[in-house]
Amino acid sequence: MTAYVADVAALAHKDLKVELRTRDTLPAMLLFVVATLVVFHFALPADAGDDAAYGLLWIAIVFTALVGLARAWVPEHEHGVLEGLVLAPCDRSAIWLGKTIAALAFLAAAQVVALPAFALFFAPLDAPALLGVVLADLGICAVGSLLAAMAAATRSREVLLPLLLLPLAMPLVVGGVGSAIAPEPGRYLLFLALYDAVFAVLSWASFEYVVTE
Amino acid sequence: MGLAVVLALLVVPEDADQGVSQRIFYIHVPIALTAYFCFGLGAWKALRLLWTREEHFDLESYVAVHQGTIFGALTLLTGSIWAKASWNVWWTWSSRQLVLFLVLFLFYCAYFMLRYSIEEGARRARSSAVYALFGVVLIPISFLAIRLAQDFVHPVVFNISGPQMSASMFATFCVSWAAVTLLAYVLYRVELLGKRVDADLRELRETLERPRPSVPRLDEQMPTGVGS
Repeated sequence: MTAYVADVAALAHKDLKVELRTRDTLPAMLLFVVATLVVFHFALPADAGDDAAYGLLWIAIVFTALVGLARAWVPEHEHGVLEGLVLAPCDRSAIWLGKTIAALAFLAAAQVVALPAFALFFAPLDAPALLGVVLADLGICAVGSLLAAMAAATRSREVLLPLLLLPLAMPLVVGGVGSAIAPEPGRYLLFLALYDAVFAVLSWASFEYVVTE
Repeated sequence: MGLAVVLALLVVPEDADQGVSQRIFYIHVPIALTAYFCFGLGAWKALRLLWTREEHFDLESYVAVHQGTIFGALTLLTGSIWAKASWNVWWTWSSRQLVLFLVLFLFYCAYFMLRYSIEEGARRARSSAVYALFGVVLIPISFLAIRLAQDFVHPVVFNISGPQMSASMFATFCVSWAAVTLLAYVLYRVELLGKRVDADLRELRETLERPRPSVPRLDEQMPTGVGS
């Protein structure tokens, strides 16, 4: 058990270190999300209420996650690291968990900028809405890092990932928007937690089949 | 199938509210149920593939998902016609089943995109299998999500589950359902057979085209140029 945790921590640490040195992903995500919010200002009609803005926030979050996830497995594939990791004497699901934690860290870092910017530009965010963001982030990163590994092995990786992820992200958007605008957000938060639990277990269990030859 | 058409068109009494358009119910709902069944079958075969690693499950899973997608598209089509006839719109977001089928249709289209952009082999089989498993988990989760979303996206105006069925309506429904299931099963077998023949042919062709180990001919065996 402790060995598993140590493996996961080492893998996540490796990803964060690579990002600190190359700065490939996080600046792109930050720029993307802020630029998207600015464009949304012009996409919304002047008399559109706050509710519409919350909907657009969720589009921004999902697409920012896609920008990050599209790059998630690129270093592994460019240098043949994945084959090494698969051959290493560790549980394969640890690779997925490490990548999910790293993706989550990037997405959270992007949102540390994006959410205050949203509150400044559009509408305030209350505690249930923030909790919804956290829960949905977990779900997006858990499913996304598995699908990104799948898409990275294909010929059309950049195009494929959004196609694979968007139908699966639809329930997350429902839960996220619901937790921001519904009068009683408890049901939506519960639904997000259910989604996270189900898909995290499924991704955790099936990752091995995606990466092994 | 013919019996189902006759029953649905001629025998069953018309619905008091919706009149003749209600008859599409006997084809729409069985198709939708069959599509669910095909998706379930595809996921089951995918699970068996991951479990046993036997290659033939890959093709079976793919064919089941393919049939499910075709029946899903037909569900969207017939549902759209029904919506036009009874609510006078081609599309309505307030019908949960239709929205669910739209999401599933997109999901399974992505399944085919995934499948066709990986080289044939064990990796493709396993990635497709994992994605098919995700699909069958997505069905209830999406259904729940759509129900939750209606609280803020759109109020429920129409209710498809509608009136109680009389005995003759229910019998007709069962016959149609059996007919559509049988149709799906026959299509499934036919497509599976076709794909298997394709695979066998390809294998044979590759075997034929492989350069044969060259048998040295007699005149080549003679040492030339040494003695002369």
